[in-house]
This record gives sequence, C-alpha cells and structure tokens, in this order.
Amino acid sequence: MSNPYAKLPAWAEYGLIPLVNLVVAFLVAGLVVLLVGENPLEAAYHMVNGAFGRGEYIGFTLYYATTFIFTGLSVAVAFHAGLFNIGSEGQAYIGGIGVALVCLWFDATMPWFIVFPLAIVGSALFGALWAFLPGWLQAKRGSHIVITTIMFNFIASSLMVYLLTRVLKPLGSMAPQTRTFEAGGQLPKLDWLLSIFGLDIGNAPFNVSFLLALLAAFAVWALIWRTRFGYEMRTMGHSPSAGRYAGISETRIIIIVMMISGGLAGMMALNPIMGEQFRMQLDFVQGAGFVGIAVALMGRSHPAGIIPAAILFGMLYQGGAEIAFEMPSISRDMIVIIQGLVILFAGALENMFRPAIGRAFAGLGRRSAPAVQTGGA
Amino acid sequence: MSDIAIELRGIDKSFGLVHANKNIDLTVRKGTIHGIIGENGAGKSTLMSILYGFYQADRGDILIDGKKVTIKDPNAAIASGIGMVHQHFMLVENFTVLENVMLGAEGSQVLNASISRARLELKRLEHEYALEVNPDALIEELPVGLQQRVEILKALYRKADILILDEPTGVLTPPEADHLFRILGQLKEQGKTVIFITHKLREIMAITDEVSVMRRGEMVATRKTKETSVEELAELMVGRRVLLRVDKGEAHPGEVKLAVEGLTVRDSRGVTMVDNVSFNLRAGEIVGIAGVAGNGQSELLEAISGIRKAVSGKVLLGGAAIDVTGHADPAELRERGLAHVPEDRHHVGLVLKFEESENGILGYHRDKRYLNGAFLDMKAIKADAEEKIRKYDIRPPNPRLKTANFSGGNQQKIVLAREMERNPEVLIIGQPTRGVDVGAIEFIHKRIIEMRDQGKAVLLVSVELDEIRALSDRILVMFAGRIVGEREPDATEGELGLLMAGIEENREAAE
Repeated sequence: MSNPYAKLPAWAEYGLIPLVNLVVAFLVAGLVVLLVGENPLEAAYHMVNGAFGRGEYIGFTLYYATTFIFTGLSVAVAFHAGLFNIGSEGQAYIGGIGVALVCLWFDATMPWFIVFPLAIVGSALFGALWAFLPGWLQAKRGSHIVITTIMFNFIASSLMVYLLTRVLKPLGSMAPQTRTFEAGGQLPKLDWLLSIFGLDIGNAPFNVSFLLALLAAFAVWALIWRTRFGYEMRTMGHSPSAGRYAGISETRIIIIVMMISGGLAGMMALNPIMGEQFRMQLDFVQGAGFVGIAVALMGRSHPAGIIPAAILFGMLYQGGAEIAFEMPSISRDMIVIIQGLVILFAGALENMFRPAIGRAFAGLGRRSAPAVQTGGA
Repeated sequence: MSDIAIELRGIDKSFGLVHANKNIDLTVRKGTIHGIIGENGAGKSTLMSILYGFYQADRGDILIDGKKVTIKDPNAAIASGIGMVHQHFMLVENFTVLENVMLGAEGSQVLNASISRARLELKRLEHEYALEVNPDALIEELPVGLQQRVEILKALYRKADILILDEPTGVLTPPEADHLFRILGQLKEQGKTVIFITHKLREIMAITDEVSVMRRGEMVATRKTKETSVEELAELMVGRRVLLRVDKGEAHPGEVKLAVEGLTVRDSRGVTMVDNVSFNLRAGEIVGIAGVAGNGQSELLEAISGIRKAVSGKVLLGGAAIDVTGHADPAELRERGLAHVPEDRHHVGLVLKFEESENGILGYHRDKRYLNGAFLDMKAIKADAEEKIRKYDIRPPNPRLKTANFSGGNQQKIVLAREMERNPEVLIIGQPTRGVDVGAIEFIHKRIIEMRDQGKAVLLVSVELDEIRALSDRILVMFAGRIVGEREPDATEGELGLLMAGIEENREAAE
C-alpha cells in the first residue's frame, strides 16, 4: 500500500520498461539531430548499419561491448553490496599496469595462451589493489566510497602519466606508451566465431577476451546468487542493519567486494592492451569505467542484463563513429549527447514511465481478474 | 444544514494491481467520534489519505456538509475544515510550539503581528479544549503526549471542524492516552467531529459513538458502539471468530538461562539508554518487559543479542559469559542457543527484497545444512522454507515470493519460524505482534506459550500492555533505561501505567 508502484510481470519489468526508455531516448536524440538540420532517419540508418551492417562493424561493436561488460560487472558487483564504485575507471587504468608488466616480461619467450592467464591474474590483482584502499578507508574509517574512488581516479591518471612518460616508455621514443608487444602479448582474434555466422571480421580487434568477459559474467552471477559470500553481500547491500543482526562483518564484506569490483574493472585492460593496441598507451580506458555505471544501471545489475546493455553501448560507440564519418555536420560530440540521452532515460529516469505502464497493467488486470476470482472460488 | 459532517460515496482507489479501497461508503455524523477499525493493510490509511488530499480517488464522491467537494491536496482539505493528526508527527523539532502552530499559516511576510495574533488564538484554544501546553517550549523538549497536543492545536488553529487521528495512541502511555481521550471528549462537546483510526478494539469501545470496520479494502460494517461488542468487531475485522484471550497453564521455572548484571548501554550520541539493568531469566518462564517505546527496551535487546556494544555489565548465557562490552558476535550467540526476534522486522529481522526462502536462513546462513562448500545449497534452502511455510501456515505458500509482498503477520511468521525452529534455549522477542493482524496474533501468542511449555526461557518486550499482561509470568517495567519495578501478571493496568510513566518510582524515592 505504501508502494505507489505496482508490481509488474518480469517481462515488463526487465524487457518493456528498458525498451520504452530506449525508444524515448532515441526519439529525443532524433529531435537533436533534427535541430542541427540533419535527417534523423538517415542518422539512425548509419547508426544501425555502422554497428551491424558488416562483419567488421559487428566485430568492432563486440570489441567495445567486451570492455563494457567488464566495467559494467565491476559496478554491478559493488551495487549489490550497497557500494557505489565510481572508481572502475581508475581501477581499469591501473589494471593495465598488470597486463603490461606480464606482457613486457614474457611476450618474447612464451606463447599467448600462457601469457594470457598470467595477464588476467596481473590485471585483476592491480585493479583489486587499487580498489582495496578506498574499500579499506570506507570500512575502517568511514570515508565515503564515492568520494574516495573519484579521487583515486585522478591519482591513477597522474600515476599513469608518470609511468608512461618516465618508467615504461622505451628510450628514445616520443610517445607516452610502452613498446609494442611481441607475438606472446597479442591475443588471437575471434574471426572463427564470426565466420560461423558467415561474417568476415576484417580489421576489427574482436578477440578472445570477449569469451573471458562472458565467463566473468557467469562467475559474477554465481557469486552473487549462489554463494554464501554473495548472500552476505546482498544482505548487507539491502539492509546493513539486517546484516549486523545476522552477524555479518560489514568491514570484511566492503573490503572483499571492492577488491572483486576492482579486479573485474582491471580485467577490462586486457581487451584494448592485448587485443587491439599490443601496447599500453596513455588514457587507454577512455571513459569505459563511467560507461560501466550506465551499463550496470541499464542491465539492472544482473549479468543477463549487463551483456545486452554492453552490446547496446558498443553499438552506440561503433555506430556513432560511423555517423560522424558519414554525416560531417554531426560531430563526435553529438554522439556523446546521444549516449548521454540513453544514460539519462535508461538510468536516471528509469522510473519515469513506470507509473503509466503500471496503470495500464492494472487496467488489464482488472478486466481479467473477475474471471480468475470466480474460477478460484 | 444537515447533521452529516462527511459522506463518502463509492470511493475506489487502486495502486497498480493493489485494490486498496473498493467502493467505500461512509457517513460520519456531526459532533460525534467515529472510529474506523481494521487490520493493517485493510485500507484505512488510504481512505483517510484520500479524504486529506494526499491521494485522489479513482472513482467516488466526497461530500462535506452535504456539498460535493474535490480535495486535490491537503490545502484544499484544510480549507474544507478537515485537520489531520498523523501517526508520525509533522513537527519541526527545534521550533517552539507557537512557531509550529503558525507554520504555513503565518498570514504575512513580517511575523510580529501574526505572532501576537497566534498567541492570543492559542490561549483561547487551550482554554476552550483543555489543551494546556507552553507556547514557548521547544518541541524537542516536550514529551510525546504533549507533541501530539501540538498537532491537535495546529489543526484547530486552522479552523478544522473535522479532525482525523491516525493511530494516535501508539506512542502514548496509558495515562497520556486517557488524557487524549478526555481532550477528544471535550472537542466533541464543542461540536467538532472526530474520526479516530485504530486497530485497538479497546479504544474503540472506550470513546467512539459509532464505528466502521474495514477489511481488505472494503467497508464491511458500521455499528453504534453501544450496540456492538469487542468480539463482534474482532470477528468483522478478521472475517472469522478469533480467540482474544490467551490460554496458558502454570509456569514451571527451572534454572537460570540468561543472567543480566549491571548492564549499561549508551546510544551513538552518548545518552545512557540502559542504566545498570539486572535480571534473571529462567527456563520455562516468560518475562515481559513493559514500558513506553523509547525507554531503553530496544537497546537492551540489542545489547543482549550482540548487535549493540554495551558500556559495562555482564550477561551470562547458560552460565557462560557473553562479551557484551567487546566483540559479541550475533552469529556465535545463535550457535550457543540464543534466538532473537527483533523489534523491527522490516529493517533488521528480514531483508524485504529477498525471496521468502532467502530470509529463512538469515543469520543461519553459515550452517552446513544450507551449504555445499562455499555455495548455497538451493535445494536444501527451498525444502527448509517449504517445511516452515507448512508448519507456520505462512501465506501465500510460495518460498520464491519477495518478502515485501507478504502481509505483516506473515512476515512476522517468517521470522518466528526461523528463530523458533532452531529449538533455542533462550528466545528474546521484541514487539511480536506489531503491525500484525488479529488472526496472526492469536497464532503467534500460542507459539510463544508453547516455547515456554517446552522449557525455553522467553524474554518478551512489547509496548502493548495487554500483550505483556496476557503472556508474561513476571513483568518488569522499564522507565528511562532502568527497571523501576517488578509485578505479577495480575497487576492492574493502572498500576503498571503509573510505573511506565515513572510516577511510582518518584513516590518510592520520596518515601
């Protein structure tokens, strides 16, 4: 009675509402395109075609999606424990150090399938360590995780500038990046996966870390809903007072969850570093950590929602680049506006259409309810 | 003018799929006290919120003094002469009484003139209705009973002719409640109309002229109070006959199971909430702790169950100490046979967003029987939940349903089933029937007595004096953090009421 929102069937909750939000976001984005004097239908065509029109485009879309799955999972895990980790960006950035160190050491002597597992451990370890400090500060000192993780993003950024201009840069090079890895530091592409569907991957950097992302999504699901630790962390996330009553240590949960979250964010670094550029460049994360927040929101913090949400954002990135290329009066910034609108409607305003949809369902329910009742009596 | 103050015709209101009010008709006569009674979730509060303009009805008409009105917000309700005293007071704590009464009805940008006008008006109201309260006192310094009076003054200051009181006695001591009833009588004599919402049958019988009963969103009956009985009203509320008295035999107290010695607890602000409390709890007895909410009962329970750290004192569970001043672990205490049904099931005893079966293991989730290594044993958890659902008649019988979608009574049964089925040595229960419907109260009381008869030690805290008197074998009264008296369960309500208000204690001290 105190809840003004009606309970909706699962398919409406997880399917219809996100879809309506998305459609509205695209309609508003269409208006923006119209305002610049371009044809929104043409833009929509380039968006969809640019993301899915060819095997190569699909490869790019899935390459971006891989990155967003990792950061989306990172944010979602913390969400379930009631923690808002805004630091996935920095954790992914620092995770890159783990990847780079492993590759720089072993790329010439080991094959990729040995370097890759080591790099996974390295990236997760560095990301987890970067998240450990804000977690520890929150658990022991009560410093708010939102504030500290934002600060740690800046620290990470400065640290990486230092490392990439002084320490990890090869002598004589002008670019703030590591040397290019040998074959052992390069992940194979998933061209065979696309060719099953008769698609040609072309130049797209779609690589095996996509499979790792799917594996991570399954592992996160099992962790949250099927383990004792997941149970404890959800208890804490929904109700800290119930957690204390159940004898769950808040300190322990916060620190471990932040490290898992940071580890997932760190693993994102594998995709661009070992999968595309074969070296660590300055600013390789490019805001993926923040996109992860939108992905987690839109995917309802559930891996089964995060994967499609990540693909959607991959489409926005890849298709958006195509629009900018095909329609010169729509700049890269316009694409950011469209992405912002999706985040706004799918994330921040996700409850906007819920009352109306709830009423519609109530109307349907009332019409069919009497029949059910007489049947029951 | 007619003698009808309010008439509701065919009021209908749904929240999504929840049909909160179904075609409600209600007639309230002028100058009467009209009771509205019903279980939690029967739709009483929704109906009153519609009358006060918080919600709009989907269908139906509201007539005030025979004229059809549209109440689109609380301002419109006030303009129509309706005032509301909320269950949770809407007062600014660090304003004075006068400032609170004026708030929203200042009349001008510069306050001087309106302050003196308000002061005069307040004097008149106090005089007319015997509502004495110092207009310059700060709200936060007033006891709850007086704060409620300020709420009533606020409504009268806005020229309310119809006063709605939503569960007004929940926070009051028996003497304060009696005083409130006198004030309401006074208001009635002056020609005001009072709508009194409660789930306590005794209060309905004590002060109302007419009573309307709601059940599951419907208005099932309206009776003249003189012509009805507690039994009939209870039956109308629940829809079947209910046993209001608790049948229990002699207690056979055994050895001491829980010993509390000199326990002192402070809250986060450093205020002493439990002050040097000592008592023993034996096997096979129910000890009730009576007291007005906020006198340290909650903190006492939390300290014993290891949720809150005590400053000093000792607690022995089955002869062995609990580290109440250090790191008492609630999980470890559970293993040692202490079960705890917390006062606040919504935030402490349950995770409302969890499925029923998930709440069935809260606090016991480390138990091997629910685990496969680090993984949850989903089958075992489900089987366990199904068994408890059957044994405690939890409805609907669906272990996968979200806990928030169960009624208050069934939620409480989920907690009770979890804590009682562990066969604990000591059971501590806070507010076992708060927000629980009459049908479930009967069941819960029976279970608690069964636990006692099986030789368990039960510590019961409740603000419902009737409940304490019906269940306890001994009654301890708490006031301002201390135990101010111990009485037998046959002590009169008046005697306990004085103790609860801290009056007896002063007299003893003076002698």
